[in-house]
Amino acid sequence: MALAKITQVTGRAVNVPGNDIDTDRIIPARFMKCVSFDGLGEFLFYDVRKNEDGSNKNHPLNEARFQGATVLLSGANFGCGSSREHAPQAIQKYGFRAVIAENFAEIFFGNSTTLGMPCVCATREDIAKIAAAVEANPQLEVVIDVAAQEVRFGGQTIKTTQRESARDALINGRWDSIGELLEGKDAVAALAKKLPYLAA
Amino acid sequence: MPKSLFQKVWDAHTVRQLANGQTQLLIGTHLIHEVTSPQAFGMLRDLNLKVAMPHRTFATVDHIVPTDQFAEPYSDPLAQAMIEAIRKNCQEFGITFFDRATGKQGVVHIVGPEQGITQPGTTIACGDSHTSTHGAFGAVAFGIGTTQIRDVLATQTMALGQLKVRRIEVNGKLHPGVYAKDVILHIIRTLGVNGGTGFAYEYAGDLFDRMSMEERMTVCNMSIEGGARVGYVNPDETTFAYLQGRPYSRKGAAWDAAVKSWKSFASDAGCHYDDVVKIDAASIEPTVTWGINPGQGLGVNECIPDPSKATSVDEKASIEEALAYMKFKPGAPIKGTKIDVAFLGSCTNGRLSDFQEVAKFIKGKKVAAGIKAIAVPGSQIVALQCAKLGIDKVLSEAGFEWREAGCSMCLAMNPDKLVGDQVSASSSNRNFKGRQGSPTGRTILMSPLMVAAAAITGTVSDAREVFAVNQN
Repeated sequence: MALAKITQVTGRAVNVPGNDIDTDRIIPARFMKCVSFDGLGEFLFYDVRKNEDGSNKNHPLNEARFQGATVLLSGANFGCGSSREHAPQAIQKYGFRAVIAENFAEIFFGNSTTLGMPCVCATREDIAKIAAAVEANPQLEVVIDVAAQEVRFGGQTIKTTQRESARDALINGRWDSIGELLEGKDAVAALAKKLPYLAA
Repeated sequence: MPKSLFQKVWDAHTVRQLANGQTQLLIGTHLIHEVTSPQAFGMLRDLNLKVAMPHRTFATVDHIVPTDQFAEPYSDPLAQAMIEAIRKNCQEFGITFFDRATGKQGVVHIVGPEQGITQPGTTIACGDSHTSTHGAFGAVAFGIGTTQIRDVLATQTMALGQLKVRRIEVNGKLHPGVYAKDVILHIIRTLGVNGGTGFAYEYAGDLFDRMSMEERMTVCNMSIEGGARVGYVNPDETTFAYLQGRPYSRKGAAWDAAVKSWKSFASDAGCHYDDVVKIDAASIEPTVTWGINPGQGLGVNECIPDPSKATSVDEKASIEEALAYMKFKPGAPIKGTKIDVAFLGSCTNGRLSDFQEVAKFIKGKKVAAGIKAIAVPGSQIVALQCAKLGIDKVLSEAGFEWREAGCSMCLAMNPDKLVGDQVSASSSNRNFKGRQGSPTGRTILMSPLMVAAAAITGTVSDAREVFAVNQN
């Protein structure tokens, strides 16, 4: 299973500010009544983007100038709450390819990495710089260099951080671990024999 | 070298190191439910893979089941499609399914322990963040996403990085009317909603030593609300007594061997902790939330925070956002806040002892006029236990609707939902915006007895006053 090596993501960005943006806000539970992830993108941030009658609220994702953005900017503890992969799936299916935030909740971070969607951390000040540049020019090209751990935009460069195992997995094309896990089959069988509770 | 339980379980289940530095960890027990598993089975089929250990995979249905309808087809065709999908997947891959017809169905984190599937010294994974509940038994239990469910189905392993361990030591006695729920809300309030990121929480100290298994489950359940993916209590005689005689517990000599092995997993004296936090049990008040995350908690006699008194820009912004959503006044007492709905249930507080405690105090009292009060047992077995003790009748007579087992209004994927900006007094685990089914619905988290007090008075109340709980 050859996976793409995700060394950098380039695209326009949109800022969805706020700390502790939870998975229920990213994808409300009622949209998880499905047996496939297809179509989740249209429900991304639904309750903060839409009124109950389906009309648009004031939200960055509803602004014409940010349509087509592929890089999502946000605050601290992004993706806290549920383990639902529906959250990163909705972000990815909406069209985003990467998220820059101050930091991420544990399970969300792992789920996103497994989908090949880099989540990189930057300081609040640096995220504000990107947001300001994007605000001034929504067409601005933002380059997330996963390998070099930096973001470049409009002549500026900021540093990012990312857990090394995730960075390694993304840039070397092993972010989906199934192939490698399957290769461990014999070692798994051997270890399972040592654990009595696994006996049938 | 002395080791923590987390380290011992991790070491015992390590298959090998992966190229990116993560560990391939053997998952002894895989629990699945209808919401996060169907896509994983789809991925399995796409890759033409089988379930590696169907005998270590257990399923139930909880999130979408209606609590007022047993007969199928359900009025919601999507819910019907989901129960049919898990039934088909379990049949095709040879997985034990605790369906509603078995009498053993319930919220997955209640079913595992009551069947004796959840055991000390084991690894458990489930596509649900409240999987940390199982840590109450000294298991290391991870909430996982759907792609990882696929990994565990296909290989009985997953790729993970090591966690640090924080020991949270709570000593002393709780005041009467203060419960396990208050303990965990207090811990989250103290350490923050992201304080546990990167950590496993070890709950220790004489308070946890004295707790029942159901109380320990309530505490471990909400570890993730504090950012900790894993939370556990070291196994002891209370753990073993709970497990003895359960359907999946070993018997005879195998039981003795299992207990001996389980004891060996408890953290060694003098082992390394990456952090230690100490809390005095007597300092914990009945705790309620006032905002939009579980860390925004208050003692029931405290006042709602005032953003003008915030100590940082962040704190100010988060108070303002929460107050705008909750429509609460800064500086006002939380006590006396009018409620519309009272919800008893969930994987946090949907067990026998939760309903038992409410029944003990609510007998002879009535839910206030205009309050919708529902009680949802966490499993069919809990429902049966309650029926045997007449608890269902006591709650019904008090004005609670006694429902069928499921997750219900904790996340409102079934028909039980808030309407408009109703305020819910809830024994569940999350007060996120829109969590209980209405995009503008408001949730106040609290212990079951505090929910009962709110139901009776129609306002957030101190259960100790409402029920004259002995103050000693």
